[in-house]
Amino acid sequence: MSMIDIRNISKWYGQFQVLTDCSTQVKQGEVVVVCGPSGSGKSTLIKCVNGLEPFQKGDVVVNGISVADAKTDLPKLRARVGMVFQHFELFPHMSIIGNLTIAQTKVLGRGADEARERGIKLLDRVGLKAHASKFPGELSGGQQQRVAIARALAMDPICMLFDEPTSALDPEMINEVLDVMVELAKEGMTMMVVTHEMGFARKVAHRVIFMDAGQIVEDATKEAFFGQPRSERAQQFLSKILQH
Amino acid sequence: MNYHWNWHVYLDQVSAGDERYLDWIISALGWTIAVSMSAWLIALTLGALIGTLRTAPNRWLVAIGNVWVEGFRNVPLLVQLFLWFFVVPEFLPAELSRWVKQDMPAKEFFTAAICLGLFTSARVAEQVRAGIQSLPRGQKMASLAMGFTLPQTYRYVLLPMAFRIVIPPLTSEFMNIIKNSSVAFAIGLMELTFISRQMIEESGQVFESLLAATLLYTICAFSANRVMTYIEKRTRVPGYIAGAK
Ligand SMILES: Nc1ncnc2c1ncn2[C@@H]1O[C@H](COP(=O)(O)OP(=O)(O)O)[C@@H](O)[C@H]1O
Ligand SMILES: [Mg+2]
Repeated sequence: MSMIDIRNISKWYGQFQVLTDCSTQVKQGEVVVVCGPSGSGKSTLIKCVNGLEPFQKGDVVVNGISVADAKTDLPKLRARVGMVFQHFELFPHMSIIGNLTIAQTKVLGRGADEARERGIKLLDRVGLKAHASKFPGELSGGQQQRVAIARALAMDPICMLFDEPTSALDPEMINEVLDVMVELAKEGMTMMVVTHEMGFARKVAHRVIFMDAGQIVEDATKEAFFGQPRSERAQQFLSKILQH
Repeated sequence: MNYHWNWHVYLDQVSAGDERYLDWIISALGWTIAVSMSAWLIALTLGALIGTLRTAPNRWLVAIGNVWVEGFRNVPLLVQLFLWFFVVPEFLPAELSRWVKQDMPAKEFFTAAICLGLFTSARVAEQVRAGIQSLPRGQKMASLAMGFTLPQTYRYVLLPMAFRIVIPPLTSEFMNIIKNSSVAFAIGLMELTFISRQMIEESGQVFESLLAATLLYTICAFSANRVMTYIEKRTRVPGYIAGAK
């Protein structure tokens, strides 16, 4: 059974069609990288997975639960789907540990001590235990993004979504974030990652999806994608980003 | 100028009764503070609620918020006060109407507090809306993505930051409410403005009477400013630069 099953979704902003009949599956433990030019709909697609963006056609089924079904308790579903954003989106008025515990207590109903213990453990794991009582504004971008990953993990997610997690970072901070993600992937976390970091894709991705103009143009195993992408657009895209 | 200063006037007895003018002033200060604080409480509570509604993803809620803000913002405060005092009681159910007109205790106080509170709530709502909308869109997304409901998102994520951002304009509103409370003299609430006029009439000491009112309004408004500055300092977020993403 697939963990994430995207079934023929289409989405419009008014007259403008952002997504056209997109379908793909992510199996349990699979790492799928989504790439494509800016504006091709990658963020929109990944936000459809946990219903942050509504869509007009098709459905997404996460661990057997339909996102499009009006009866679905979306907050409950989202609590189990971790998400990491380009600009970190830590809550600036809460300490780092506060960021890690608030949803555990308010959404999952965990006790304060249990939440804190879990939070500290995850901070330790991303190498930031010493910063627990600092505030997001006092950390570097790379540190903030690691906290954001830890915050998502604190909810014990069944899968993780990443939307360009390293593209707002200074180059010297990219690797500290990618290292955490690689480790997660190796532990068997189900991941859907929008990124242009092809090194990351080569290292841990099972499949690569290439999007253009709201469509999934290519959906192939990593080996097939890097070996010989079938579509011309994917070839052009790859040659452009691999030049640097 | 041929003005006869009399600094003892504050300790003089008023013409009728055994009170001194100072007693009048102290009691008047009490009413000014009571009306201002009650109105501020109403304004903050309703302002937060209406400001939030105006950012809600539902056009009916937004419409309610818009009507509220435009209604209270576009009619002069003094006219609103007269409407609440003279007109609204006429439209209440018969029993209630008679009670309000004849028996309601501290009627001037409640009318002024409610009127001033509602008037200011529209202005607070505007500040709160602007504060919420100045936050990065991703904050709401991140909160929802963690499983918070929309009300929880406002409660724990959006409003705490929005309020911090709008403390400076809210400070002005708090100071305005104290100064605006002076309109309550027009319906006979014995607050500072009312009493200073009364004192002028009875004692004839125009300058001393107005000086007392001026000084006390200034002290109140300045204290409000200090309180808000203290709150601003206490709630300042370490490392957060306003306006940065
Ligand atoms: N709220 C919106 N309203 C209208 N158009 C939007 C909105 N959000 C995104 N778009 C458009 O949808 C397209 C896809 O956006 P996005 O999913 O962010 O692309 P990507 O993440 O691949 O860069 C873009 O053309 C963008 O301009
Ligand atoms: Mg994007």
